[in-house]
Amino acid sequence: MADADLRIGIDVGGTNTDAVVLDPAGRVIAKAKRPTTPDVTEGLRAALDAVLAELEEPGERVARVMLGTTHATNAVLERRGLGRVAVLRLGAPATTSVPPLTGWPDDLRKAVSAGEAVLPGGHYVDGRELAPPALDAVRRFLDGAGAEAVAVTGVFSPASGEHERLVGELIRDEYGLPVSLSHEIGSLGLLERENATVLNAALYGVAAHVTGALTAALAERGLGARPYLAQNDGTLMTLEHAARLPVATIGSGPANSLRGAAYLSGAADAIVVDVGGTSTDLGVLSGGFPRESAAAVEIGGVLTNFRMPDILAIALGGGTVVRERGLGPDSVGYRITEEALVFGGGTATMTDAAVAAGRTPPHAPGWRVDTSETIADILQRAVAAADGMIADAVDRMALGRAGRPLVAVGGGAFVLPARVPGAGEVVRPEHAEVANAVGAAIALASGRVDTILPAGDSRSKAIERAKEEAAARAVAAGADPSLVEIVDLLEVPLSYLSEPAVRVHVKAAGPLAR
Amino acid sequence: MSIDVSDIPALARGCAVLGTGGGGDVRTGSLAAVRAIRAYGPVPLVGLADLPDDALVVPLSGIGAPTVSHEMIHGEDEPRRVAEEVERLFGRPPAAVMSSEIGGSNGVAPVAWAARLGLPLLDADGMGRAFPEVQMVSMYVAGLPADLVIMSDVQGNVVTIRPVDGLWSERLARAVCVAAGSSALMADYVLPAAAARGAVIEGTVTYALEVGRATEGAPDPLRALQDRLGAARLVTGKLTDVERRTTGGFVRGTATVEGTGADRGRTLTLELQNENLVAVEHGRPLALVPDLITVVDTETAAAIQTEALRYGQRVTVLAWPCDPLWRTPKGLETAGPRAFGYDLDYVPVEELAEELTAHG
Repeated sequence: MADADLRIGIDVGGTNTDAVVLDPAGRVIAKAKRPTTPDVTEGLRAALDAVLAELEEPGERVARVMLGTTHATNAVLERRGLGRVAVLRLGAPATTSVPPLTGWPDDLRKAVSAGEAVLPGGHYVDGRELAPPALDAVRRFLDGAGAEAVAVTGVFSPASGEHERLVGELIRDEYGLPVSLSHEIGSLGLLERENATVLNAALYGVAAHVTGALTAALAERGLGARPYLAQNDGTLMTLEHAARLPVATIGSGPANSLRGAAYLSGAADAIVVDVGGTSTDLGVLSGGFPRESAAAVEIGGVLTNFRMPDILAIALGGGTVVRERGLGPDSVGYRITEEALVFGGGTATMTDAAVAAGRTPPHAPGWRVDTSETIADILQRAVAAADGMIADAVDRMALGRAGRPLVAVGGGAFVLPARVPGAGEVVRPEHAEVANAVGAAIALASGRVDTILPAGDSRSKAIERAKEEAAARAVAAGADPSLVEIVDLLEVPLSYLSEPAVRVHVKAAGPLAR
Repeated sequence: MSIDVSDIPALARGCAVLGTGGGGDVRTGSLAAVRAIRAYGPVPLVGLADLPDDALVVPLSGIGAPTVSHEMIHGEDEPRRVAEEVERLFGRPPAAVMSSEIGGSNGVAPVAWAARLGLPLLDADGMGRAFPEVQMVSMYVAGLPADLVIMSDVQGNVVTIRPVDGLWSERLARAVCVAAGSSALMADYVLPAAAARGAVIEGTVTYALEVGRATEGAPDPLRALQDRLGAARLVTGKLTDVERRTTGGFVRGTATVEGTGADRGRTLTLELQNENLVAVEHGRPLALVPDLITVVDTETAAAIQTEALRYGQRVTVLAWPCDPLWRTPKGLETAGPRAFGYDLDYVPVEELAEELTAHG
């Protein structure tokens, strides 16, 4: 009998669902691309079947299956399959000037809310109680609310979570409802954390559907593999964890893509350039993880404080139209195989310009562009302009750290030059077209802590405790306890406090436990 | 005119630009304003000339740590308690709310407070920008005695302070703020309209709205903003270093911007103390407080707060002249470079910018 030593990564994208199989040495031994289906699940099964067909004894040999999926994103964007949530804030008498769900789009609020209340509870920044939690008021609010889940957000709960825990226990014991507690979901910033907590509670049904579909798909195929879901920072969680934190699966695609591209090229610190048909996305991998955007993230019209990969998109792709006055920004898009000059069409595109400059895709080394001298001149200038755009974008993302390798992926990667100023070697890895599925397959498990700590003598001890808590959360997400490391530590001093204090953000990550 | 829900995004953007990096995040104040207008109706905007001499103007501001105000949001009844205390002290109710500080959150949130109180908002403020200390207001520079501060906290406590001068006003108000959990609503100087004339900076709410609207739908938002402000572009580049430290209750620090594109090879250093105070290149100041220095996103021209500055952002630093009141000897003594501990003589930004152009 063979050892269970293979990993399958699946990534559901907007257009395609990709799957890969990695062997114990981390080599891609099977890959497939299938169209993403409206229900998502059918495309997932098709991609899974396609890679399994290439394996012998898959049932014995596949140890893990990692899935990055858009189920949750689609549910929020389309307001479909969302549960009705009782929205409970512990903060009165503070915070009443901005009640929960202020600023939400009306249709989403209508789909999600089973009522909102701001009740006494929560803490001050220094840990004192704002008010004792009003448990009877919680009961009065929930009686007859008809909620399917409850979202509980307490003021300063990332630093003092006990009121949320107390109310959470009450709700589970007395009402049997699933509860999202905000300190398990987001960092400081009450409204953004509350929004994410409400979305999380609304997604329990969707999460059950995804985990059920994945478990069923594996069982039907006789796979005893352990399943995981990918989250927005490029790390994994167990299905049990994902069932509690479905909102964290939103936005896993870009993170997987970055990590997969870097993995395939062998670089932990790299600039990843993904050239598509109409646009190019640039991201930075630092110490093995995507650099995160500092900007707040909007999901379905709702502001949250999730941390997403920092992506710079520019209007340059294989189908970008070339004209005498310049380049794009429009693209012929999917019509490229009819309209581009290399395909006998009448529109000069970036693909034609690249081919004329001797840059041909690996699968079509024989492509030629035969054309007049005038057009040749225009194409030549287009290549120079595109190289300039790429160099500028790389410089903006590189932040003065020259020399990191540039990993070129995507269908239009051949338009990139052999050398880019500000970057080191240009690497064009094999299997780059399924980089996102590879990213899912190689992902680590992680945990985060975001809290406020005293800046005085007790600071270093408190930071140690925060590190331990982050590591414990990584283990809860599935990481091997002996291999968990602190991968990010950020400290920001706070003003106007009686005691000097710092806001600390810690992230721990490690490979999955065997 | 009156301020309605549809005006709030532009007002918020404008207030963020005038916040020079400080004054608190405008998002929470915007939501409070939207919610209060929906509940209590649009807020009339009145000029000082529209008010009778004895009409009481209440300059309101939220004070505290930005991280706290983003988490422990104001209660809805805080403005009502301040208004009741004003009426108790003066024997008549307030006639209008004024923003103490148009820059940042305190420029937007007064719309919510005025709506809650059913009062008009005065088209004026006490700074024309944002400043970190309580006595750094036009009323102090104009020589009005700093003899009354009323504060209300989230619990419903009301504290009235009768300080002997502006420095004590700052010291005592800060102590109350810290005891109240690092967040409070404050009325500083309750002004009969007659006393406010010449002691407040007029037209700043309208101005913030115009600044916010300048970038709406503009093909080149940065250019549109720069033109509307009459600002000098100090540098366009990327943020390569941010260093912060807390001293004396303030976040101090520096931010370094390395030029890109036409500015390649240049390095600009910003000195921060809640707000952006000094911009220096090769030891030579390019802009000095009280002139306004704001860091904006090069692409969108949206202002970036000092607490949100991060390694890697693509930014442009803009600087433009402050209200003439701040360039008087008392104004510079209150909020010039030396008031913030910088051993630098104030030179107006338009003169420094001229040198910058002359030197290439």
